Amino acid sequence: MTSPPIVLRLSGITKRFGPLVANDSISLTLHKGEVLALLGENGAGKTTLMNILFGHYVADEGSIEAFGQPLPPGSPRAALAAGIGMVHQHFTLADNLSVLDNIAVGTESLWRPRSDRAAAKAKLLDLARRFGLEVRPDTLVGDLSVGERQRAEILKALYRDARVLILDEPTAVLTPQESASLFDTLRRLTADGLAVVFISHKMNEVFAASDTVAVLRGGRLVATRRTAETDREELAELMVGRALKPPTPAPLEPGEPVLTLSGVTVASGHGRPLLDGVDLTVRRRQIVGIAGVSGNGQTALAELVSGLIHPDSGTMALKGEAIGNAEPAEMVRRGVARIPEDRHAAGLVGAMAVWENLIAERYHDPAFQRFGLIRRGAARAYAEEVIEAFDVRCPGPDARTQLLSGGNMQKLILGRTLAHGPDLILASQPTRGLDVGAVSYVHGRLLEARAAGAGVLLISEDLDEILALADGITVAHHGRLTPVLPHGRVSVRQLGLLMAGHWEILPEIVDAA
Amino acid sequence: MELFQTILDILVSAAFWTAVLRIATPYILGTLGELLCERAGVLNLGIEGIMTMGAMAGWMAVYQGADLWTGVLVAALCGGLMGLLHATLTVPLGLSQHVAGIGVTLLGTSLSYFVYRLVLPQASTPPTVEPFQPLDLPGALAQTPMTYMALILVAVVAYVLYRTPVGLAVRMVGENPAAAEAQGLSVTAVRVGAVVAGSALMALAGAFLTLSAFNAFFFNMVNGRGWICIALVVFASWRPGKALLGALLFAAFDALQLRLQQVAGGVLPYQLFLMMPYLLSILALVLVARRASYPRALMIPYRKGER
Repeated sequence: MTSPPIVLRLSGITKRFGPLVANDSISLTLHKGEVLALLGENGAGKTTLMNILFGHYVADEGSIEAFGQPLPPGSPRAALAAGIGMVHQHFTLADNLSVLDNIAVGTESLWRPRSDRAAAKAKLLDLARRFGLEVRPDTLVGDLSVGERQRAEILKALYRDARVLILDEPTAVLTPQESASLFDTLRRLTADGLAVVFISHKMNEVFAASDTVAVLRGGRLVATRRTAETDREELAELMVGRALKPPTPAPLEPGEPVLTLSGVTVASGHGRPLLDGVDLTVRRRQIVGIAGVSGNGQTALAELVSGLIHPDSGTMALKGEAIGNAEPAEMVRRGVARIPEDRHAAGLVGAMAVWENLIAERYHDPAFQRFGLIRRGAARAYAEEVIEAFDVRCPGPDARTQLLSGGNMQKLILGRTLAHGPDLILASQPTRGLDVGAVSYVHGRLLEARAAGAGVLLISEDLDEILALADGITVAHHGRLTPVLPHGRVSVRQLGLLMAGHWEILPEIVDAA
Repeated sequence: MELFQTILDILVSAAFWTAVLRIATPYILGTLGELLCERAGVLNLGIEGIMTMGAMAGWMAVYQGADLWTGVLVAALCGGLMGLLHATLTVPLGLSQHVAGIGVTLLGTSLSYFVYRLVLPQASTPPTVEPFQPLDLPGALAQTPMTYMALILVAVVAYVLYRTPVGLAVRMVGENPAAAEAQGLSVTAVRVGAVVAGSALMALAGAFLTLSAFNAFFFNMVNGRGWICIALVVFASWRPGKALLGALLFAAFDALQLRLQQVAGGVLPYQLFLMMPYLLSILALVLVARRASYPRALMIPYRKGER
C-alpha cells in the first residue's frame, strides 16, 4: 500500500525571539487525510511553528513546501492561497460583525463595487451542511457561544478552500461535549481529504483524535510517532524530558499556627455574605487545601488573606498577632506570599521587564532602593538569581514578561513568592492552565516550602491537586468552611457531597477521624 | 409661554431650516471623515487642522484663479496629504494617535496661516472670492451645491461601509486587525487608505466654510468645529446615517440659539445662548453614547507578528 501524498513539508525551521530560540531546526511532513497532533509543554514552540507556517512570523531559517510548491514566508495571504487555514487559540473574529462578514472579509477583490452577500451565504450554508457544522450566518459573533465561534473559525478556513487546517489548542476553551463534537468534525474533514494539525498539551486528546503525534520540547522536535504505536508514559516522558513521579508529601509534624481566622464574616453588600463565620487555622509545615466549586467564597478568602478586603466581624491573626485592617503591602511585610488566581491580571505586568516584576512587592526594601531611586544593579542581580534558582526560561532579567510562556510566568511568580522564605503562602489555583511538567514543578516547590517551615493555604478547583498535596482539607460552600479534615480520612465521594452542600455527613467523618 | 411661542415661530420659519442645513454642512462632512478614520481604528485628532488646511487651500486655489470645483478638489487633496501624514505616524509607525493627531492639528493650522500670510502679507481686510451660490429652489432647499454634495456623501459612505468588500475590510481592521490579517488583508494599507479618505472629507468641510458659507479665509475660522465632529461621531455610534442626524440636531440648536439671542438678548447675556448647543450635545452624548458599541480596535496600533 502506498502512503497518501505529502501535502506539507517543513524543512529546518528555526525562529529566534532575541536570544530565545523558539524553534530549532524543525522538520515535519503532513500527509493527505492525516491528523497530526503537535504535542509539547507550554513554551515548547508549538504555536510559534504554526504561526510561521501561516505567515504570521517569518522563520529565520528553513523553508516550507505546500502541495509541492515553496510557500513564500511571512504572508498569511500566500498561506491562504496555498490552501492552509488556521484556527487560532484566541479566535480571530470581530465581535461586532456578523458571522458571514467575518468569514467573507478579504475573499472578494476590494474594488468590487458591491459585495455578493447572497452567494457568500449560500456557499457558507452549503459548507456547513456538508461538514455538519451548524452555523447562524447573520448573528453577531459577540452573541455566539465559544463552541459556535470555533465552528465559525473552522468554516472560515473551509470557505477559503483550505486543504490543511491548523488548530491551536482547540479544546482549551471547550466543554468535554464540545470537544467530542470537534473531534467528530475533524474526522469528517479528513474523510474529505483534508489534513489537520492540532496543537495540544493534553494527552487524552492526542489519543482521541490523532493519527500521528510529533513531540516538541524546548523548541526542538524530539520524536514523531504513530499514535497507535505509543502510549501515555512514553509521550509524557518525551514531552517533559524525564519520567514524572507524582508528588509524595513526606509526613511532617505541623508547627505553631501562622494563620488563624475566627468567626470571620465578610458581607457582600447584597444577599448572602461572601464569607460567613469562617474558622480556619493553618500551621507551619502544613498544607491546608480549600476544595469547592468556584464561587463559594474562595476568591473572598484569598482577598482577605492578601489584605485586599477586611473582615466585617471576627478576627484574623498572623503568627499569633491579631491583624487589624492591614493593607496588602503590610501583609507582604508580615510574611504572606501570594500566588494569585489570575497571573495575567493580578500577578504580573506583561509590559514590564522580568526584573521589575520580581521586585514589584519589595521595591521599597533598602536592598533595592536608595534615596528613593531603584538600585537597578542590585535588582538585576537578584533577578538573575531567581531566574537561575527557579529555572525560569527567559532571555534574561530585561526580557519583557509577556514574552514568557504561561509555565514560565508561573515560575516567575513562584520565585517572587518563595525567594525570601515566607511564613504563609496563599496559593490560588497555582497550576491552572499549566502543562504536566510545570504542574509537577509547582507542586514540588510548594512541598519544599512546606518542609522549610511555611504554612500553605491551597485554594484549588482541581480536587486531584488538593488530594495530592494537602495535609488537611476543608470544603467551601456558600461562604462557609467545614472544619479541616485530615487527609486520608475523607473519601472523594464524601468531598463531593460536602462540595454540593450536604454537610449533614460531617459528624460521621469527624467521628471516624 | 412667551418663550415657547417664540421658539415655535422660529421652528416654522423656512429661513430657520435654510440656516440649519447650511450650518450642518461642515459638521456632516467632518463627522463623516472622522467616522471613516475611526471605523478603521484610527482616532484622527488632526481634524481641526485638516479643516483649517482645507479652508485655506480651497480658498487660495480659487483666489489664484481656479474655478470653485477645482478649489474643492485642491482642498480634498491637501486634506488627503495631511491624512497621509497622520496615517504614516499612527499606522506603520504605531505612534500614539492622540499625540500625532494634536501635532497634525497644530501643524495644519499654523501651516495654513503661514501660507496665507506668505501669499498675502499685507492684507488687513481679508480679500474675497465669488463663492458657490444657492441653487434656485424653494424654501430650505435653496442650498449651495456643497450642501447637496455632503448629503450625497452620507449615502456614499454608508453604501461603501456596509455594501462593498472594501467597506467590510475597513470595519474589520477597526474591530480586529489580527483577524483581518489572518484573512489575507493588509491592515496597514486599509487603515492608511481610510485615514487618507477620511481626511479628504474633513478638508471638504473646511472648504465649505471659505467657498460656500463665507467668501474669505480668516484666522480661527474653523473655531472648534472639528472637536464637535469628534463628539458627533460618538453620538452617531459610528454610523453615517446617525452622523447626519447628529449634525442636523447640533446645527438646529445652533441656529435656534442665534435667533434666541436676537429675541431675548436684552434679558439674558448672549454667552448663555452660545453655550446652549454645546451643553445640549454633552447631554445628548450622555444619553445616547453610553450604549454605543465603539470599534474594538480604536486607538490600538497594530503591529504584525507581535505577541
